[in-house]
Amino acid sequence: MDAAEILVTVGGLALAGLVLWYFFFSTRQTVAAAASPSGVQEVAITVKGGYSPDVIEVERGKPVQLNFYRAEENSCSEELLMPDFGVRRDLPAFQTTQIELLPQQPGRFDFTCGMGMLRGSLVVK
Amino acid sequence: MSATPETTTLDIEGMTCASCASFVERSLSRTPGVQNALVNLATEKATVQYLPDQVTPAAIKEAVVKAGYGVTERAPDTSAADRQADLDAQKARAYRQLKRRFAVAAGLALVIMPLSMLMLWPALLERVNVSWLNYALLLLTLPVLLYSGREFYVSAWNGLRHRAANMDTLIAVGTGAAFLYSLAATVVPGYFHRRGIMPEVYYDTTATIIALILLGKVLELRAKTQTSAAMKSLLGLQAKTARVVRPGGQEMDVPLAQLQLGDTVVVRPGEKVATDGVVTEGHSSVNEAMLTGESLPVEKLPGAAVFGATLNTTGSFRFRVTKVGADTLLAQIVKLVEEAQGSRAPIQRLADKVSAVFVPTVVVIAILTFVLWFDLAPESTRLPLALVNFVAVLIIACPCALGLATPTAMMVSTGKGAEHGVLIRNAEALEKAYQVDTVLLDKTGTITQGEPAVTDFVAPGQNAAHVLQLAAAVERHSEHPLAAAVVRHAEAQSAGGSMSVTGFRAVEGKGAAATVEGQAVLIGNRRLLSDEGVLLSAELAALADQLLAQAKTVLYVAVAGRAAALLGVADTVRDTSAAAIKKLQALGIEVVMMTGDNSQTAAQVAAQVGIGRYFAEVLPADKAATVKALQAEGRTVAMVGDGINDAPALAQADVGLAIGSGTDVAMQAAGITLMRSDLHGVVTAIELSRQTIRTIKQNLFFAFVYNILGIPIAAGLLYPVLGWLLSPMLAAGAMALSSVSVLTNSLRLRAFDNH
Repeated sequence: MDAAEILVTVGGLALAGLVLWYFFFSTRQTVAAAASPSGVQEVAITVKGGYSPDVIEVERGKPVQLNFYRAEENSCSEELLMPDFGVRRDLPAFQTTQIELLPQQPGRFDFTCGMGMLRGSLVVK
Repeated sequence: MSATPETTTLDIEGMTCASCASFVERSLSRTPGVQNALVNLATEKATVQYLPDQVTPAAIKEAVVKAGYGVTERAPDTSAADRQADLDAQKARAYRQLKRRFAVAAGLALVIMPLSMLMLWPALLERVNVSWLNYALLLLTLPVLLYSGREFYVSAWNGLRHRAANMDTLIAVGTGAAFLYSLAATVVPGYFHRRGIMPEVYYDTTATIIALILLGKVLELRAKTQTSAAMKSLLGLQAKTARVVRPGGQEMDVPLAQLQLGDTVVVRPGEKVATDGVVTEGHSSVNEAMLTGESLPVEKLPGAAVFGATLNTTGSFRFRVTKVGADTLLAQIVKLVEEAQGSRAPIQRLADKVSAVFVPTVVVIAILTFVLWFDLAPESTRLPLALVNFVAVLIIACPCALGLATPTAMMVSTGKGAEHGVLIRNAEALEKAYQVDTVLLDKTGTITQGEPAVTDFVAPGQNAAHVLQLAAAVERHSEHPLAAAVVRHAEAQSAGGSMSVTGFRAVEGKGAAATVEGQAVLIGNRRLLSDEGVLLSAELAALADQLLAQAKTVLYVAVAGRAAALLGVADTVRDTSAAAIKKLQALGIEVVMMTGDNSQTAAQVAAQVGIGRYFAEVLPADKAATVKALQAEGRTVAMVGDGINDAPALAQADVGLAIGSGTDVAMQAAGITLMRSDLHGVVTAIELSRQTIRTIKQNLFFAFVYNILGIPIAAGLLYPVLGWLLSPMLAAGAMALSSVSVLTNSLRLRAFDNH
């Protein structure tokens, strides 16, 4: 094994490890919903290659309003799915789409793009 | 010559009371050129019909301002149909852009490919300057990368910042690596030569991959718009305006959004019904196929319910608006279909889990492929081989096929179902319907009409038609459901006609009496006759016993103090029931009936429609228990009921099918709602579920097998055995075709038709 091979092997394995850590094990951005005076828990989410924030904490039994602003035209993010709440919505580019829910049960509910590549979750407490 | 009148709507500001509204209305009506003005205080809107050659919209606004009120510019309308139109425009624009980007990539790739091939002819290569050739290829490739492929890199970068990876990530990394390597080989070939490596370039690979992936995307987008076609046609059903009758009797076309509860709307022959309501005058038959899938027009008389988006045929009628906007049946159907399309089938769970980790995993596999090829291949070729296989792995992997497998099939099938009057609540209900092996029918309202009808009429030694006419004349004044059955029967026998009826009285729990054409007529149960001192002949008594033995209700008719006739009334079996049950049995499903009737009646109905197993004398409270009993036998049970009094049983069943007669959408407890009131809907639902789940299974199988085989082959796993390596360009072609294949397979469901 020559020097180049050692370099490539070590570098490759390190890179593979980095990829795994970055996508699966690093901490995510979590935001708790702010309740408006009327009792609606509102959260603004920007959609651009992903959802930011992508973990949203809400309280159960209170209405939730998620405002998705899609800041890109890329077709990957054009659909929003929240299977647990029966939501399938097209998000128009550069517009805010409101999604209203009433979470009744605690738990972690994923929302994804149409193909399940972009992910976020709603944590109901 | 005057032009055709136009209609405009203004949002009026500052109106506080009814007199303000009438003031604005007067001011508008007096404006020359205005034909008609309607001001609505509640919605703060004025609808004005005017002649465009005599008055302008600006002058109309001025008339409002002169009256002392303001006009606000109309806010953009955001009805579901408008939103859909907005989205469609956006998608159409995106599609055009995508096609342009593909055209550029394909055109340049067609030039780049043959130029790169020059390297294959050493004789030719000696005459050209390789360095210049590489620079020329670089220049040709740049637009492909920066214009056509830009979105991949932007999307990959945006995703990366969110720790999300998608298909674009794979393409960006793959083509980026090939391009950067080529760039280095072009700019500093000497560095490669010194290490004994040929400075090969992969511009053709980069450009071709981008062109092929874009081709795949173009095809995918085109197919995808077709998956929601049924949904769009549902939204497109809605009428745009309604012809409202004002209290003064004038008629005026009003935009749908301004229609109010209680308004009276005129529907002329051939027009669409604007919204849901109750017929107040006139009669016609209305084609409700778009909502219920029932192809025969439905007769509408005063008191009948009509629904928005249905089509009036030849008659004309007026109706009172009872529901508008989101409360209408059409809006509820649209909402239900939308929700169903957003649901995930349990069958998709594995695919979901896989796609969540798919892209990063593929990136890791690609890195390991690079390392292994670099370590194991001969030194002179190890770098190009490692690179080519690295790129091939990234490009061939197709997360889209996995992601598209279920949703596209669901989109097509829920839309198709709605077209046939079968509303599917979610993917889970569809998947359960696929597994069903037993269908439990609640007799009343499903197998039978659910309302009494006259089955027998005997009038020994009498003018039967005349007696029937007399009986019907009395019953016309009664509100009892049995009376309605008698009237319907008489009308069907064309024994209607008007007779003078005086002294009508209903006798609580017994029947009714009246004087018809001077004769005293009684109609009711046996007690009514005995109470009134009417004796029953032995012949009639025997006939009555026969009818009672058949579990029918018997009505006795007496004319001028003498018993004259008997009517047998029973809930009748629908014409379609036997055929539908036969079809279900042909699908390999056991059909079981339950009823509150005694076992004698139950046996009779069961035999009539070809059902072998039944539960009789089931109390309403025990319906759910009956479902449980069947489930305990290890069966997957579909329960079919009218959705009103058997909600618990519908909920207990593995899948509940509610037969709504188009009037009351009892969708809550049922997984599937049938808009048409006959059992053929059950057959349609089960056949549709079978085809859909089969399609989803095929899609998932294809998507998994494609990736499971494709990735190792691209990594060069077959090289030691067969000497096979996969060109990244071939990988791009396979990848583009894979998601299109899944989509095309889902679109096959559009051909679904139950015969």
